Amino acid sequence: MSHDTNTKLIYMANQIATFFKSQPQDEAAQGVATHINKYWEPRMRRQLFQHIDGGGEGLSPLVLEAASKIKRPQAA
Amino acid sequence: MSLIHEIDYGTPASRSETMVTLTIDGREVTVPEGTSIMRAAMDAGIEVPKLCASDMMDAFGSCRLCLVEIKGRNGMPASCTTPVAAGIEVSTQTPRLKDVRRGVMELYISDHPLDCLTCAANGDCELQDMAGAVGLRDVRYGYEGDNHVKARNNGEINAKWLPKDESNPYFTYDPAKCIVCSRCVRACEEVQGTFALTIGGRGFDSRVSAGMAEDFMASECVSCGACVQACPTATLTEKSVIEIGQPEHSVVTTCAYCGVGCSFKAEMRGEELVRMVPWKDGQANRGHSCVKGRFAYGYSTHKDRILNPMVREKISDPWREVTWEEAYAHVAAEFRRIQYQYGRESVGGITSSRCTNEETYLVQKLVRAGFGNNNVDTCARVCHSPTGYGLGQAFGTSAGTQNFDSVEFTDVAVIIGANPTDGHPVFGSRLKKRLREGAKLIVIDPRRTDIVRSPHVEAAYHLPLKPGTNVAILTSIAHVIVTEGLADEAFIRERCDWSEYEDWASFVAEPYHSPEATEAYTGVPADLVRGAARLFATGGNGAIYYGLGVTEHSQGSTTVMAIANLAMVTGNIGRPGVGVNPLRGQNNVQGSCDMGSFPHELPGYRHVSDDATRETFEKLWGVEISNEPGLRIPNMLDAAVDGTFKGIYIQGEDILQSDPDTKHVAAGLAAMECVVVHDLFLNETANYAHVFLPGSTFLEKDGTFTNAERRINRVRKVMTPKNGYADWEVTQKLAQAMGMNWNYRHPSEIMDEIAATTPSFALVSYDYLEKMGSVQWPCNEKHPEGSPIMHVDGFVRGKGKFIRTEYVATDERTGPRFPLLLTTGRILSQYNVGAQTRRTDNVVWHAEDRLEIHPHDAEQRGIRDGDWIRLASRAGETTLRSLITDRVAPGVVYTTFHHPTTQANVITTDFSDWATNCPEYKVTAVQVMPSNGPSDWQQDYDEQARQSRRIAGKLEAAE
Ligand code: SF4
Ligand code: SF4
Ligand code: SF4
Ligand code: FES
Repeated sequence: MSHDTNTKLIYMANQIATFFKSQPQDEAAQGVATHINKYWEPRMRRQLFQHIDGGGEGLSPLVLEAASKIKRPQAA
Repeated sequence: MSLIHEIDYGTPASRSETMVTLTIDGREVTVPEGTSIMRAAMDAGIEVPKLCASDMMDAFGSCRLCLVEIKGRNGMPASCTTPVAAGIEVSTQTPRLKDVRRGVMELYISDHPLDCLTCAANGDCELQDMAGAVGLRDVRYGYEGDNHVKARNNGEINAKWLPKDESNPYFTYDPAKCIVCSRCVRACEEVQGTFALTIGGRGFDSRVSAGMAEDFMASECVSCGACVQACPTATLTEKSVIEIGQPEHSVVTTCAYCGVGCSFKAEMRGEELVRMVPWKDGQANRGHSCVKGRFAYGYSTHKDRILNPMVREKISDPWREVTWEEAYAHVAAEFRRIQYQYGRESVGGITSSRCTNEETYLVQKLVRAGFGNNNVDTCARVCHSPTGYGLGQAFGTSAGTQNFDSVEFTDVAVIIGANPTDGHPVFGSRLKKRLREGAKLIVIDPRRTDIVRSPHVEAAYHLPLKPGTNVAILTSIAHVIVTEGLADEAFIRERCDWSEYEDWASFVAEPYHSPEATEAYTGVPADLVRGAARLFATGGNGAIYYGLGVTEHSQGSTTVMAIANLAMVTGNIGRPGVGVNPLRGQNNVQGSCDMGSFPHELPGYRHVSDDATRETFEKLWGVEISNEPGLRIPNMLDAAVDGTFKGIYIQGEDILQSDPDTKHVAAGLAAMECVVVHDLFLNETANYAHVFLPGSTFLEKDGTFTNAERRINRVRKVMTPKNGYADWEVTQKLAQAMGMNWNYRHPSEIMDEIAATTPSFALVSYDYLEKMGSVQWPCNEKHPEGSPIMHVDGFVRGKGKFIRTEYVATDERTGPRFPLLLTTGRILSQYNVGAQTRRTDNVVWHAEDRLEIHPHDAEQRGIRDGDWIRLASRAGETTLRSLITDRVAPGVVYTTFHHPTTQANVITTDFSDWATNCPEYKVTAVQVMPSNGPSDWQQDYDEQARQSRRIAGKLEAAE
């Protein structure tokens, strides 16, 4: 995976988190996870998890909080 | 087949519910109160002679041909201007009436050339018809005296004669044939709303003139054609009719340009299209049209059309023409190879918003059933995907709530980020009509669009916000409504989730959402926001119309939710005159979304993870469908750059020109091993293609388009495809080559499959459409006649959902290097990437893209009007010419993106909507400086484009 795409994914995930951060607190993390589960193709989620597993640098805390609710795709 | 003749009732229908009964020529007639005697007569099948009346506009009463006698009343009133009354007895034919009418006709004819045999209107002239109807047998006056007919009188120059005006590319004005009935003037005012024509002079000297005695091209005329249609004589005539002759049969079909979806009669002579005439029964356009649908169809026979399939190994090779069979076999082999080598997920497809529902359905089926993944997306990604997401969240379905007729009941119209007079002209005309009747208008747009101030229309409020601050403004409006107690609590309690409302209300009520607080970054004075909010909340039926200025932002989806919130908080949902109305760009954006073009959705907006839905299709298709969402266009390109996405089938889209950040798109395409482009022309994307499959135009196929009001309109084939096959046939053949057992014989069979699998289309079939004309989905057991207005008794999702909409500034910010904000848009005469309109005479109105810049910003940079300038952003730079105007605020610049040489998308960045990845076209930080010619990128690009368009054994295909 290129560095470029990785940066983009982090950016996109954070953008989603920014929206849900403003929603009622108890729904925020679930909102992020549902959104990513519904709209992110497995290779994007896989890449996201690679990044999270590697420490998740640059990801918004809400994305990290949502991670356990995001569907982890099978390894490629 | 024959020519469809529409009845002209002479005056518009009355809306009254009180009925009146009268007698006309001994026949009893019952009509709504307020109906004219002329119309009542026509209802009873009695045609009163007329020249100045037409049911497209109000009666005028100038020709005196339509006189009638009423028992017990003196004189001979004009039947077009006299309303019916209970019990009156009307005679339309008496000796006295006959005499007067003949006299009137004699006068008309005495100042009219008698060259009927060679006249272009021969066979379609109301003056001829009326001369026949009244039994005119001789004309006692010659042309010796005053006349408008002859260039010279007895050798002297005739000052009253005027030459033909042929300046408009599509129609001529021949003053010698004008009878000064003023139908054209009234059509321009009442139907189109442009007020380009006037009658100058008085009495015998009166003449029609465009603008201030200019020619048509120089005037305000937007070439909609309404006057041409209204003209009873050959004075205003389509040039195509002059050239070809009168048509002999006609077929009703649907415009393939914009989301209004106007119905037209394609009037034909054999397989030659003589003209397109808007159809009065068309429920979207009600007999009106714009320059694109009416006149700009010449691209369909343009010499640039590619008619033979072509293949090449590398994109640097010239194209090689092959047979269809070779092309299909090549694509099938390549896609199979790629999937074998790189995995099932390494290929995908893009459906087209220009193609029919049936064609779109087949492309997504090919991807889902043939490729075995969900990597299908559509160009709606780059325009209205946030509408789908936002309205889906709030209301439970992702479509506009109203029909276009609804605007006739609107009291306050709000237009956000849309330019209806340019982008959706026929709707723009209908809206302007309503505004002239007294409805109020609020415009929220960075630019002073035409509708803000135009003849007889003036917006009550124009909020000229800084690009990118939509959410802030809309939340501020909500703040005013909630804190000033203007919310419609009864509606909210009944129709929405009350606790969600309370949460939302306390959110918007926070002081930092007040107009006074947001003014600092939106740039809109607080009192304007307050005024607009009060007007919207209290002014009666409030309707919101919005366009790409809403969706193409990093907060596009949030803005759509904010719009939904405003409609709900004011109770403006579920009846005529109100609602949330996305103005869709292309003709079938709605349809392509409905048909399952998105990578996460099967037809009918059902998520791929839904087992029941998948099962429906799996049973029918006999394959397993992936329950994981596929890649969206930007993700496909990213994956291509990363090396995991290698092949794509693109039907009828030009992603290289329409998608943001051209360089990234180019890099993505260049990284693929098999790019298949299926289109009319070698478009920009085809520069990177390995296979080109020729497409067909809307005139060459059967199918349906779904317009912005969810109306399913028939598209009917009027000529044989020049390339041999309709697009659905090509997709089917391709599927067959890949081993799929598809055997559709006609698009109606595809529609049957759609109806069988998609509940909102359950009752739709070609037979039913034939019977109904058109229907608006949902059309099923519950709504057998379709659904003009949605959410009437409750929201599709149950309770309406209020959602907090926090403003987040885009990361695309101005700074010292890029101090200006660029926003983009479109203009009337050109269409989207312009591949079609650029190949018609419409180029006379828009030969190039220009950069609009405020005089202040221009002066600072030493730029004069018309200068070449360099436009640069973080992503790239291009050059184009400037247009200095105060329509844009200081700090904001604006351009269109219709011409490939401009490459405006070299400038746009890859920021996008948080929810849908819809690109942020509407905000880019830029710098502008004087320049003396095309940028390096433009030059390189031109060279690459020229190289890649070579066809072996042929001269270079000209652009
Ligand atoms: S073409 Fe349309 S805009 Fe032009 S003069 Fe005729 S009615 Fe008016
Ligand atoms: S141009 Fe045609 S419509 Fe207009 S006044 Fe003359 S005859 Fe009537
Ligand atoms: S482009 Fe749009 S408004 Fe113009 S004729 Fe076609 S559908 Fe109608
Ligand atoms: S049609 Fe009634 S006055 Fe002309």
